[in-house]
Amino acid sequence: MSTATLAPANDHEHHGPPRGMRRWLMSTNHKDIGTMYLIFALVMLFLGGASAMLIRAELFMPGLQLLEPDLYNNLVTNHALIMIFGAVMPAAAGLANWMIPLMIGAPDMALPRMNNLSFWILPAAATMLMLSFVVPFFPGGGSQINTGWTLYPPLSLQVGMSMDFLIFAIHLLGISSVLASINIIVTIFNMRAPGMNLMQMPIFVWTWLVTAFLLILVVPVLAGGVTMLLFDRHFGTSFFNAAGGGDPVLFQHLFWFFGHPEVYVLILPSFGVLASIIPTFARKPLFGYKSLVGSMIAIMFIGMVVWAHHQYTIGMSLAAVSYFMIGTIIISIPVGLMVFNYIATMWRGSMTFETPMLFAVAILLMFSFGGLTGIMLAVVPADMQYHDSMFVVAHFHYVLLPGAVFGLFAGVFYWLPKWTGNMYDERLAKIFFWINVIGFNLTFFPQHFLGLAGMPRRIIDYNIMFTEFNMVSSVGAMIFGLSHLLLLYIIIKTIRGGKPASARVWEGANGLEWELPSPPPFHSWTTAPQIK
Amino acid sequence: MPRAKARIRILSLFTLLFCSETALGELGINFPTPAAPVAQEIYDVHMLTMRITTVLLIIVFSFILYSIFFHRKSRGYQADQHFHETWFGNWSWIFVPAMVLAVDLTIANSAQKTLEKIWVVPKDEKLMDLKVIGHQWWWEFEYLDHDIKVESRYTPEEKAGDLYLREVDKRLVLPTNTRIRFLHTSADVLHAFWVPELGFKKDAIPGYVTETWAEITREGVFRGQCAELCGTWHSRMPLVVEAVSQEQFNSWVEEQKTLKVAALAEASADKVWSKEDLFEKGKGLYNSKCSACHQITGLGLPPAFPALKGSPIATGSISEHLKIVLNGKEGTAMQPWNSLNYLEIASIITYERNAWGNDTGDVVQPADVNAAR
Repeated sequence: MSTATLAPANDHEHHGPPRGMRRWLMSTNHKDIGTMYLIFALVMLFLGGASAMLIRAELFMPGLQLLEPDLYNNLVTNHALIMIFGAVMPAAAGLANWMIPLMIGAPDMALPRMNNLSFWILPAAATMLMLSFVVPFFPGGGSQINTGWTLYPPLSLQVGMSMDFLIFAIHLLGISSVLASINIIVTIFNMRAPGMNLMQMPIFVWTWLVTAFLLILVVPVLAGGVTMLLFDRHFGTSFFNAAGGGDPVLFQHLFWFFGHPEVYVLILPSFGVLASIIPTFARKPLFGYKSLVGSMIAIMFIGMVVWAHHQYTIGMSLAAVSYFMIGTIIISIPVGLMVFNYIATMWRGSMTFETPMLFAVAILLMFSFGGLTGIMLAVVPADMQYHDSMFVVAHFHYVLLPGAVFGLFAGVFYWLPKWTGNMYDERLAKIFFWINVIGFNLTFFPQHFLGLAGMPRRIIDYNIMFTEFNMVSSVGAMIFGLSHLLLLYIIIKTIRGGKPASARVWEGANGLEWELPSPPPFHSWTTAPQIK
Repeated sequence: MPRAKARIRILSLFTLLFCSETALGELGINFPTPAAPVAQEIYDVHMLTMRITTVLLIIVFSFILYSIFFHRKSRGYQADQHFHETWFGNWSWIFVPAMVLAVDLTIANSAQKTLEKIWVVPKDEKLMDLKVIGHQWWWEFEYLDHDIKVESRYTPEEKAGDLYLREVDKRLVLPTNTRIRFLHTSADVLHAFWVPELGFKKDAIPGYVTETWAEITREGVFRGQCAELCGTWHSRMPLVVEAVSQEQFNSWVEEQKTLKVAALAEASADKVWSKEDLFEKGKGLYNSKCSACHQITGLGLPPAFPALKGSPIATGSISEHLKIVLNGKEGTAMQPWNSLNYLEIASIITYERNAWGNDTGDVVQPADVNAAR
């Protein structure tokens, strides 16, 4: 059929994407923007991963081999910021962009132009972040950022101009995620297919609704905190400068008021992905839909009022630490309930173990482990020992890699056939899974022992008593890091071709996204589906 | 580290939880054996939580592993499509949280009891007060009851050998069986006092005084490190506590007091020193106090730490040089060094103005420092 025969009214529905760069630069299409988010996140994953591998390479042996102390601390700072703001959050936003409209039967996001803006701020922010890393290597560039991602003053007041680049990068990243969150909330509230009420939405959509609210509530607090830092650095204020009557601890409160909910921002979307994957491969309905929704809302509220468990050592009163301890331990109730519901969904299922399901099972096992060390850390007296040791590093990597990153990997494998229309190479993907998970455990499990034996985190050099476990950990990190090249290869291979995927892709898949062909047309659900 | 010990250490990983605890501490996979009741309390609550969470982990793992082994399609297992609608599906959202809550309360209850015992410094009896001041990158200990001060810096690798980063030039000597109150503060950025055998970790925050306490019950040498990122040489802030009997402690205090009097007499502003003596003294002081930033070579680590070799300050006017050493430079890691005595400052400046080819020939006497202060 030639385009000339189409009626003008239908013209918009049938025209394809614009050609060339315009398609991407000016995109208002949720699928294209979702793809761009995911590619951006993948690039950042490699940058953040490379910095982590440099850190681990330096820590392979005692002594200074590869890095200068300030460069080491700069890498520690950038690794965290790149992974959190560059890799995990954009990847989760990419999944949201791609899947939320498909899952709720909407033609696109509610605010497509803002969608374009919230994505295109990211490359600018990432450039700013990279600048903060490289500026000190140029003449007059000042000293490197040696504070870690927590940016605690007074140390952050000593750093040169790269800290200012970093502060503006954080502002931009914050603006981007608040815009994306507004878009997601508006889309979910206004664009659902007729007949779909909130309690019929897939859990993934629910997790993003909660995440978006969390982001809007906490990101401005971080923006305020770093702005005060900027003022202390350049405009003579003394918010955090004790010599001027300020309070260095105030920054920690502001930072963690954002920083703790941020953990849930990273984890919840991946938990939403699990709620799609596990029922598909267990071939039975999700267990405990309502309690999952209730749990994540509880996590959102409790998660916002327990921030000071990151600061048990600052000398708070007995009443304050008791409150933060009990609040933190209580979070295990909704989180435990979510894990329970997923296990109960597997229970008495008829399971097969394709790569997404392998990741899902690995997540349940390893996240449970990370969650339980979290309870240990919540206990104030014991945290007097764990605090700021390698035990903490091991704990949060056990929570954030399975809880956030592996969930995103699982989601990518789960939906990649839907996005590209091609099946990925299952054999290679399983090899990737095993190398990845073994490498991960080899890297982070020994770090628990290092922490208990007394090795602080963020040190470039250590006594020889810590050598063996650091060596194991570094070897693991190289395996873990390099395994992601295989992931890249599998993704490229799938995009370029492969066994054509059916519309349903997975035998047990349920939900509106599987009603569309694979890949879905450029504009999907132009006529809203009817929900019974 | 002998290889055999490493092998034992890795083998013992799997028996971590239920076998002899002290042995595990020595192998470096659990806390070291506590040396104070506070640390013992912490140790006990750590082991309790670890055991409870391990049991929970085994339960969770068993269900998942049972399920992935038996409930699989390849074994012909038919999915139970109505499992989520059974009584279990309808009510688990109540009894699962109830069970988790019970575990939570068990942990929280025991933790709270421990907390009440250790958190607040006892007020009812005489405590020995020790002020701990964190600096970039050394520790200063002020024995408030004895009017002495100790500066403690890491020992370089050549001297420390296997104890590198676990050894200092001057240890923190403390008496056993005495309740000690630690008052933590900082002169520049955040630091944290952490000696695992004493139990507590506490941040040193500028503008704050945070307190902890301990009563050391056995003699020995206990090693720890700064635990809060404090900049470039965060890794070079070891803490070494030497716990000795009360008698030994008393004689140590006397010794320190004698040393202090001698140093004061020597540093008298009236005495005139030869250039060679000042240079030699200055070299030792510079290498221990200044070289962390400006380096032994005087080349510094620009841009954070400027070079002194050929620098406009070290080769320019003496009064500017004195001013920056005495008052520090705001917004940088350069702190005011006015806690040093006249002789120390005079010799450091003399050294800096004549070392590394700075050959200005200048000699700064204690009297000049006195005049500038």
